[in-house]
Amino acid sequence: MRSKSVSLLLPFVGLLAGSVVVVLANPRADSGTIEGKVTYTGTPPKMKPIDMAKEPTCAKEHNPPEMAQNVVTGPGNVLEYVVVYISAGGPPSPTPTQAARYDQKGCMYIPHVLPMQVDQPLQIYTDDPFAHNIHPLPKLNPEWNKSQPPGAPPIETKWSKPEFIEVKCNIHPWMHGYFAVLKTSRYAVTDNNGSFSLKGLPPDKYTVTSWQEQYGTQSQEVTLAAGETKTITFTYKVTPYLY
Amino acid sequence: MKSITSVVAFFFGSLGLALAAGTTPCFAQTDIHFHTVTGPMEAHIGGLAGHSSDGKTLYRRFCVGCHGASGDGNGENAIWFDPTLGFAKPRDFTLGVFKCRSTPTGALPTDEDLFDAVTRGFVTTNMPEWRSLTNQERANLVAFVKTFSTRWQTDKAGTPIAIPPEPPAKIESILHGRELFQKMECWKCHGSEGRGDGPSAATLTDSKGNPIRPYDFTTGERFKCGVSNHDLYRIFMTGLDGTPMPSFADNIKPEEAWDLVHFLRTLQVSIKTPELGTFRQWVSAHPGQLKPIGQEAPPGK
Ligand code: HEC
Ligand code: HEC
Repeated sequence: MRSKSVSLLLPFVGLLAGSVVVVLANPRADSGTIEGKVTYTGTPPKMKPIDMAKEPTCAKEHNPPEMAQNVVTGPGNVLEYVVVYISAGGPPSPTPTQAARYDQKGCMYIPHVLPMQVDQPLQIYTDDPFAHNIHPLPKLNPEWNKSQPPGAPPIETKWSKPEFIEVKCNIHPWMHGYFAVLKTSRYAVTDNNGSFSLKGLPPDKYTVTSWQEQYGTQSQEVTLAAGETKTITFTYKVTPYLY
Repeated sequence: MKSITSVVAFFFGSLGLALAAGTTPCFAQTDIHFHTVTGPMEAHIGGLAGHSSDGKTLYRRFCVGCHGASGDGNGENAIWFDPTLGFAKPRDFTLGVFKCRSTPTGALPTDEDLFDAVTRGFVTTNMPEWRSLTNQERANLVAFVKTFSTRWQTDKAGTPIAIPPEPPAKIESILHGRELFQKMECWKCHGSEGRGDGPSAATLTDSKGNPIRPYDFTTGERFKCGVSNHDLYRIFMTGLDGTPMPSFADNIKPEEAWDLVHFLRTLQVSIKTPELGTFRQWVSAHPGQLKPIGQEAPPGK
């Protein structure tokens, strides 16, 4: 039997150590793995330092300043914060009961990109001594906008349609992240080595999809035999400007 | 038959914008193909039932020039509305996202909410008031507006938030409201005197990426979403969806919300509200007792 438990790395750890989010613990004996890297060709845009002067506490906390996260690259032409997930194949994935956790800390969203399954509980925490407003900008799900002053309890919510949802704080316009709402809980986010790993996959023909906020989605077919590990690479053509 | 051209030109005229009326095709004479996405819709306002089938002609006559044949807000006159000058673009009905709601943030408004918005219009924008139409006509229009988004089929309208009776606007209430204005950081957008010039004001955009300004309380202009203290209560407890103006319902208790309402009235210095009188009297009797609103000095200073 497939276990319901989901092991999400703590978001904080995720940011520091790179967030290879591996889902579905206790895999079947015949299950396999799809792993690999997300790389790029071309010249990526130069990320600018974030100016937090409007929120002095945050400006002080991030010295030297944090860089924007629209396109985060690593040594060896790899891309971080790319969501890689199973878009077809394998048994249906039950909705995790454990909440996905999003944090606001020092005027940053942690993690920058948070994957979750449709209808999975989502908790949004704040750790900052001043107010934020959390303003997700979905197209298919209902848009909302809530203030979260210091010390406020987490916002508990969920999304009922699969979609990549941009998240903003209007008070601190540099705060910018994504909810990747997927039909599956078989997903990973690339770490600072551009690596991902999807474990616990029973033998089947899979479609693996990657999503990067600037460059969109790409898909590959992967046929996995019992107990097999397959290595694949996604390569994005990048451009030196943001759009 | 009165054409949409003259109706629209009238509103532009009142704004002092030159619109060459001759270049605007007359909608009433061409047959427009409406891009609606649902079947027939109804709207219920009290005992009154509106029907989209009856709203269609009215929409073609009065609304299409701004809101467009597919309801996406790209009517041919929309290009004249410049958000950088503070003029909102016409609402995109395909999104099913509305500013003036009695319902929580993220929920659809009630039919009454839409009916009231259409009746009242949006002062400070190009959305006219439509009091000249009958109740039945406005109910029909609301039903037709709902045909542009499938959200009206998949989601139910939200439940209006509960509003306790308003307590008297005593000075204690006003002063507590002032603390909330500081603590909830309304001033970050609206400014410490409510002039719409807070530290975050300059960078605000609506959900379509257009620049948007926070309301300037000192002008005393009508709110987009009403005039009464009840309307004001609803505005910050439900938020104006599609804009940076968030909902505070999770963090301001219903009783306390009235205190904030009373304080906000003191910011409307140009309309001399009774709350402003009470507040000024107290301030002159207690000089130097109020801490200024805004960024607090860092500890240790
Ligand atoms: C001259 C242009 C113009 C015309 C004509 C016009 N509107 Fe609007 N309408 C607007 C603008 C601009 C807004 C957005 C105002 C804002 O966002 O502050 C708007 C907003 C709305 C809203 C949104 C309410 C909310 O709470 O978000 C509704 C509903 C609406 N209009 C209905 C109508 C109907 C029905 C008609 C025809 C009877 C009509 N409008 C005609 C310009 C127009
Ligand atoms: C993130 C910025 C932001 C914050 C924080 C904020 N507002 Fe607003 N507010 C806005 C914007 C932008 C508008 C204008 C919306 C529009 O015109 O569509 C607005 C509009 C308003 C209006 C007028 C609405 C109308 O119908 O015309 C009121 C009243 C108001 N805000 C009260 C408050 C109060 C009270 C607080 C704090 C509890 C607050 N706001 C916090 C951005 C903000």
